[in-house]
Amino acid sequence: MTAGSIANSQPDERGLSAESSLLGWFSSVDHKQIGLLYICTALVFLLIGGAEAIAIRLQLVVPNNTLIGPSLFNQLFTMHGTTMVFLVGMPILTGFANYLVPLMIGASDVAFPRLNAFGYWLVPLGGILLHYSFLTGSAPNAGWFNYAPLSERAYSSLQGVDYWLIALLVLGIGSVSSAINLIVTIILRRAPGMSLQRVPLFVWMMFITSILIILAIPALNSALVLLLIDRTLGSAFFDASRGGNSLLWQHYFWIFGHPEVYILALPAFGMISEVIPVFSRKPIYGYEFVAASTVAIGILSMGVWAHHMFAVGLGPAYDAFFAIGSLLIAIPTGLKVFNWTATLWGGSIRLTTSMCFAIAFLVQFVIGGLTGVMFAVAPIDWQLTDTYFVVAHFHYVLFGGTIFALFAGGFYWFPKMTGRLLDERLGKITFWLMVIGFNMTFFVQHFLGLMGMPRRTYTYGDHPGWFALNAISTAGAFFMGAGVLVFLWNVLRTLRIGEAAGDNPWDAFTLEWATTSPPHEQNFAQVPEVKSRRPVWDMNHPDLADWKLSRTPEDRRRPHSAARLASAAFIVSEAMFFLLLVSAYVVFNRTTGESSAARVLEVGRTALFTLLLLASSITLWRAERALRAFDQDGFLRWLGVTLGLGALFLINQGVEYAGLLHRGITISSSLFGSTFFTVTGFHGLHVLAGLVALAILFVLGKRGALTGRRSDVLGAIGYYWHFVDVVWIVVFSIVYLRVLS
Amino acid sequence: MPIPLNCLLRVNAIMAASTVPVLDPASPNATTIRNLFVSVFLICCAIFVVVVALIVISVVRFRGGSTPVQDFGRRRSEVVWAITPVMIVFGLSAVSTKLILSILAMPTSQVSEAGDADLVVIGHQWWWEVRYPAAGAVTANEIHLPVGRKLRVRVEAADVIHSFWVPQLGPKMDMIPGHPNFVWLEADRAGTYEGSCAEFCGDQHAWMRFTVVAEPEPQYRAWLAHQAQPGSAPADALAEAGRRFYFAQTCANCHAVKGTSAVANAAPDLTHVASRTELAAGVIPNTPQNLARWLRNPQAIKPGCQMPNFTLDDEHLTQLVAYLEGLR
Repeated sequence: MTAGSIANSQPDERGLSAESSLLGWFSSVDHKQIGLLYICTALVFLLIGGAEAIAIRLQLVVPNNTLIGPSLFNQLFTMHGTTMVFLVGMPILTGFANYLVPLMIGASDVAFPRLNAFGYWLVPLGGILLHYSFLTGSAPNAGWFNYAPLSERAYSSLQGVDYWLIALLVLGIGSVSSAINLIVTIILRRAPGMSLQRVPLFVWMMFITSILIILAIPALNSALVLLLIDRTLGSAFFDASRGGNSLLWQHYFWIFGHPEVYILALPAFGMISEVIPVFSRKPIYGYEFVAASTVAIGILSMGVWAHHMFAVGLGPAYDAFFAIGSLLIAIPTGLKVFNWTATLWGGSIRLTTSMCFAIAFLVQFVIGGLTGVMFAVAPIDWQLTDTYFVVAHFHYVLFGGTIFALFAGGFYWFPKMTGRLLDERLGKITFWLMVIGFNMTFFVQHFLGLMGMPRRTYTYGDHPGWFALNAISTAGAFFMGAGVLVFLWNVLRTLRIGEAAGDNPWDAFTLEWATTSPPHEQNFAQVPEVKSRRPVWDMNHPDLADWKLSRTPEDRRRPHSAARLASAAFIVSEAMFFLLLVSAYVVFNRTTGESSAARVLEVGRTALFTLLLLASSITLWRAERALRAFDQDGFLRWLGVTLGLGALFLINQGVEYAGLLHRGITISSSLFGSTFFTVTGFHGLHVLAGLVALAILFVLGKRGALTGRRSDVLGAIGYYWHFVDVVWIVVFSIVYLRVLS
Repeated sequence: MPIPLNCLLRVNAIMAASTVPVLDPASPNATTIRNLFVSVFLICCAIFVVVVALIVISVVRFRGGSTPVQDFGRRRSEVVWAITPVMIVFGLSAVSTKLILSILAMPTSQVSEAGDADLVVIGHQWWWEVRYPAAGAVTANEIHLPVGRKLRVRVEAADVIHSFWVPQLGPKMDMIPGHPNFVWLEADRAGTYEGSCAEFCGDQHAWMRFTVVAEPEPQYRAWLAHQAQPGSAPADALAEAGRRFYFAQTCANCHAVKGTSAVANAAPDLTHVASRTELAAGVIPNTPQNLARWLRNPQAIKPGCQMPNFTLDDEHLTQLVAYLEGLR
């Protein structure tokens, strides 16, 4: 879809047209090309995940089927879930954001183009790693939430789970880097006049999504590294038989997993908030309320994870707390649905394929939302969780919601990305195949849940009604498969002989329609004047211009150092990671009163080296001050001292480790050992990373490549170094001074 | 696609003919939850009808046409239409808190005395160990209950996480290693109720099912007293040969028979195996023919299960079946 799409684009800076050079795609740092790479990669994985879904439905079409054995079936549904969440949902939404956000805010690119390329290339790497597991004898087979202890070596002895863990770490790093990039881009790269109160709602949604990503992914990362250490180094974080706690995995996973639902849903809300107004020929109803309700959803989503755990026996107080929190999410979500409906009301509705998908989204998302309300009422959850009712519920949200919104957005933005309009007749065929197929497949699963069919069963007995409903469900899957094939045919056909789109085929409102289709390398020849939320509408309908009818706040002052802002966002993410690692330490060392910690750790010596590490923050601050004052010698001197102090700290840590190992205290010897080495080890790795970064700056400074004009680079690394020091203060207080025990 | 032969052979014993068990409760807790579900469902239906009606009316009434009035929204309407969801959310919060407290209060009130459960159910990959501590009875994959009397059940796990669920009798409860949970089990009418594992637990999660038989108190007591008895001695020479084979081979390493030297509990207790209705946690009905099929190759019936294929010859198979069928 992509190679041809750029056929008529401008030559890039190296004088090669993008099409003439496949290498151009591999080496591209252009946000549009990277966006398309994300989307195409996700489509490939969509075909893989879809094929897995068809195989799952074929196995379940009749009772007691033996088409696919239990072992392969369990790999298939694990891979289906993992693929759809991490290799389809996240990359395709990131791809749209990459392509659209800079255009929508009138920027020429994202803030960090090379970081952007790095983030993208981790997706194919993670995807290949994950699928490579098939060659090792078994793909991961413990479910996409990989509950311990089933995922521990004792019960999943093959390599599949290890590949799963490493692939998700790789993908998570990519997601965090692209999220940081988007946050900085949205804050810093907006065109003049494009205040945060004027950016399109898709940009708002991506902004909140990116914040959720930098907060949620590290929670997953901490769970992943703990399980990886369990599996490879023999610790027992999640192994109850050796003192571990298998519920800890569930808490950590869902602290990530619930925000993840909104990471997959909010961008879809953003797409719907663009498509519905354009095809209703009206502005979005209640812009402020749609944006603010997203913030509310983002905040609430961080505090409701245990509604995935109502059946684990947390106790009534926790169940009630998390039930109420989950119910509250219905309010901002309901507000959105009302605003979308009010946007339709009184408009001039154009039923394009894109709009049809958006309307189907509305109806199906309401169903998924309402079954979500049922699950928030904990006693109902006790009956229906882990049945096909919950399978139906989340497919209504993620497929009937997110995937339908992606089709709406796909048909809407395809002409902008390629310069050609997708065929509407084929589009309508796709639409009906998807609507019929989707509802056939998943609506009946509500009944299967009420009839007692547990999810994730590779087969089932001939209970009354189960065969008929499962057969209907399977038939629906083929309609959806056909819908996807018609869509792909439409795309390929359009790229060859599609109707030319022009700059703004839909008479749409936002800045991406103010440039050519596809946009050239620099995006805009000149960014139009932005005086409202709909600059292109203002241009095309001057007598009905928004700024005449509805005033919006002007732009205010914004921060100016992209490096410092990115560093701050990264620190937020790292803080979450350490918060959960340190929590694990506290959980496992709470009860061991005069624990081994007191007996084996040399608190006094470490206190001395703690002071050295803290001193290094002061010397770095002096180095920064010297650099800003263009005092290159002073800068290098103070930076050298900082490097020395950091190295001393690491040397002490090495000596301490050697002593402990000598006395038989290892990462697998006890939970104290496991948590101690994990927490201090990850901190040590961060100190090392900081030292490497500072050493690079030292060399650059020596060569005169880093001077006072680029002092914000040192400032950004400085933030990180100070953060690592603060983490050590926390670690030292909890591990060595045992302030919490 | 061809319907596999096995499909015709494996006829599941589905005695409780309840098609929609969640909506056909047989215990006070399950009834409370059913009523709650129905009320919430009706509220959701009402919301759904209103929203979809608005969408359909908009699309039909406002289709096409020229440029409409550019309406940016009004603060007042946002407040007005937020009122209904806010009220519903507050109502549901109150109801759900009340029911969480009432349904959970009973079993957790006794948690401190972990030992005094009436019934202990332990999830294994992929079968259920069922122990009645007071009577000293141990069985597997089948629970008996006196009608109208609550049993306090402690659920545990021997390996990975499982979940104990009898849809007609009430909420499911996860079985977590190192984290025992308690539930009440009660049936207010006699009958057979199907249960299953609800948390994915590995290869044979699908065939980790069990039955709950609720019967009048005297029958329950008789059943319990019988289950507490040691296993019967072999009745004839064939069964005696089977018994000797059982102990000569590795059977006793995993399966206990009360009153003999076989005491392991890595696999179902066989003291009264012939009295149970199903084999291998619900895969096949417990008939002598099926037992022979199972012993011939368990992996053919329940692929991945922990019992290996011992490739028994016909002679030993017949002896072993005779012995086990005597364990009533």
